[in-house]
Amino acid sequence: MVDPNTVTEMVAERRPPDLRRGVLGWLRFNLFNTPLNGAVTLVTVALLAMVLWPALQWAVLQADWIGDSREACSGEGACWVFISARFESIIYGFYPESARWRVNLVFVLLAILIAWLVIPRLPAKRWVGLFALVGFPVLAFFLLVGGSFGLEHVPTRNWGGVMLTLTIAIVGIVGSLPIGVVLALGRRSQMPLVRGFCVVFIEFWRGVPLITVLFMASVMLPLFVPTQVEFDKLLRALVGIMFFWSAYMAEVVRGGLQAIPSGQDEAAKAMGMGYWQRMGLIVLPQALKLVIPGIVNTFIALFKDTSLVLIIGLFDLLAIIRAGLTDSDWLGFATEGYVFAALVFWVFCFSMSRYSQYIERLLHTGHRN
Amino acid sequence: MLGSSSRERGPLWRDPTFRALLVQGILLLALGAFIVMVVSNTMANLEARGITTGFGFLQDRAGFSIPQTLIAYSGDSTYARTFVVGLLNTLLVSAMGIVTATLIGFAVGIARLSPNWLLARLANAYVEIFRNIPLLVQILFWYFAVLQALPSPRDSHSLFEVIFVNVRGVVLPDPQPLDGFAATPWALLVAVIATWWLVRFAKRRQAATGRPLPVFTLGALLLIGLPLATFLVTGMPLEWSIPALKGFNFQGGVTVLPELIALWLALSIYTASFIAEIVRSGIQSVPQGQVEAAKALSLPGPIILRKVVIPQAMRVIVPQLTSQHLNLIKNSSLATAIGYPDLVAVFSGTALNQTGQAIEIVAMTMGVYLLINLVVSALMNLYNARTLLKER
Repeated sequence: MVDPNTVTEMVAERRPPDLRRGVLGWLRFNLFNTPLNGAVTLVTVALLAMVLWPALQWAVLQADWIGDSREACSGEGACWVFISARFESIIYGFYPESARWRVNLVFVLLAILIAWLVIPRLPAKRWVGLFALVGFPVLAFFLLVGGSFGLEHVPTRNWGGVMLTLTIAIVGIVGSLPIGVVLALGRRSQMPLVRGFCVVFIEFWRGVPLITVLFMASVMLPLFVPTQVEFDKLLRALVGIMFFWSAYMAEVVRGGLQAIPSGQDEAAKAMGMGYWQRMGLIVLPQALKLVIPGIVNTFIALFKDTSLVLIIGLFDLLAIIRAGLTDSDWLGFATEGYVFAALVFWVFCFSMSRYSQYIERLLHTGHRN
Repeated sequence: MLGSSSRERGPLWRDPTFRALLVQGILLLALGAFIVMVVSNTMANLEARGITTGFGFLQDRAGFSIPQTLIAYSGDSTYARTFVVGLLNTLLVSAMGIVTATLIGFAVGIARLSPNWLLARLANAYVEIFRNIPLLVQILFWYFAVLQALPSPRDSHSLFEVIFVNVRGVVLPDPQPLDGFAATPWALLVAVIATWWLVRFAKRRQAATGRPLPVFTLGALLLIGLPLATFLVTGMPLEWSIPALKGFNFQGGVTVLPELIALWLALSIYTASFIAEIVRSGIQSVPQGQVEAAKALSLPGPIILRKVVIPQAMRVIVPQLTSQHLNLIKNSSLATAIGYPDLVAVFSGTALNQTGQAIEIVAMTMGVYLLINLVVSALMNLYNARTLLKER
């Protein structure tokens, strides 16, 4: 006789009671775990709906995309025709149409170089990097400026738009990094004069706003050179930007230098290496690797601040858009113009910052103390 | 081998002392030559342009007006006065920006650590959006796309018919102190001193007896109550000048320039995105064990936050926060792009164009920012030395 209460079959396995499982569980755990959190969630959703839906309607759903004059716009949403109608000038500025293939060539080369350097799998980084730092600027200079090899000369006052923004950013980046490294080394030098000079140089540039540096470059630099020397306006701005950012770069590099244990330098000394050998082969490769995220962050700041050249009258991306807004055929599209400018800058800066985070994870070799 | 003790001295250029001297000598010579060249070129250029050097121009009549002045100023004032007016405007927008950027930054930074998924993501989106858009774009956006799209004074948006918002700015009621108002600020000063003394007394009492005082409540009572009581006792000697539409513009009240609002908004929102990151990393830098240990001692939640987490997080936050505040002050110079009359706009802009004294003016402008920077950095070093982790 079997007791009726005895279980003779195996009971099916039950899932553990996990509150986080499933959509509802996730919601409960992440959004409504306490009454306060629930209230916060509801308020946030309401605010988001109030902001995002009209924004989406304005920017996409009711926007006008096609056309070539302001009549194409209904006025209900954004008028992106304003951007598409002057897209060429936003990219090339006033660069003569017949010579724009040169700009395109430089763009393509730049894209290939950056892709090559950024994708870790591709080989020969060192040589490509060397070419990007030395060969490419020279090549780009001859292509963009012209005046030799049978190319028509294009004065820099015709440069503008995205092309000018990228030119300033890249010259700034390529120029400020080496100067910054030298300054950082100088600041750690044993020689009091060298150290003093570097400290004063770095602290001066870090203490003043870039605007005043650009003012200085545009009104004071011409006074510093002999009267007969013609000093290109773009070149003046570039000199100012390079010095300014090299000081910030120097501080980033110095952080890396300080993180390298002094035993590395001492061991290299014991091997009989000279100063430049020790720095170039032992200390700097380790230090620079450590501060790549910091360097990229400085690049991002530099890239954002290229927009300041509009104040001294250069026509970068932002200035071209602003100039377009004063065109009497296109009055009243300030929102579209600045939103577009913001979007372009944002895409560049956001991808750079994502790349820096990726590199940080990649290089995190447990070196830091 | 040991016998050859009379080591030969290598050639002179291998001697480190000599080489150091040589390098520094060359640096000094190059620097000297550079300075001499620049000075002689500048002198020649200035002479060719007929500009006299020196700061004499500061006493000349400026002859232009400035839309926002915190001190008395007119077209007849001197360039020295222009300098002061510009400097005060810079300091005004910087101070406003620092306060709001810090508040927004702390709120967003704490929100990023919220257990509420949506709030944390929203705060994250805020940081990623605003710190990756150039400040200048944001300033121009607020000024041209938002504030210039506001209605004309006749169709102003109004708040309780007291505050008016239109394309020319925000018109606020203006408090006019009458006789006897002076007592209230004095009462506030007394309250501040008394609160400071109260905090010290409470600390000492707690150290001696272990019994805390409700410092926060008492302090708040003192700081608000004493000035308010004085104000009421003296018979509320304050008159509000309420703005009213007369013709095409408002009479009475005080108008806040749209340039100031645009710059203030952009500076606060942009800098807040950086401060939020600093606050988040500062709070995360406090080891989890600290909180767990405090919980094990059965300290209540707010006390853990106030006495364990925040003091340790602040050590990480404050130095970076200060450098963001300095950045904000320097960034306020972008005012010149929308015509807010800050130091750079009125002095390096208008005054420079009128006088042509490029060197003196740019040097003075840079000097101001350098001085602010150096003073704040020096204070920061003092703070760092005081809050340095004391390890034995």
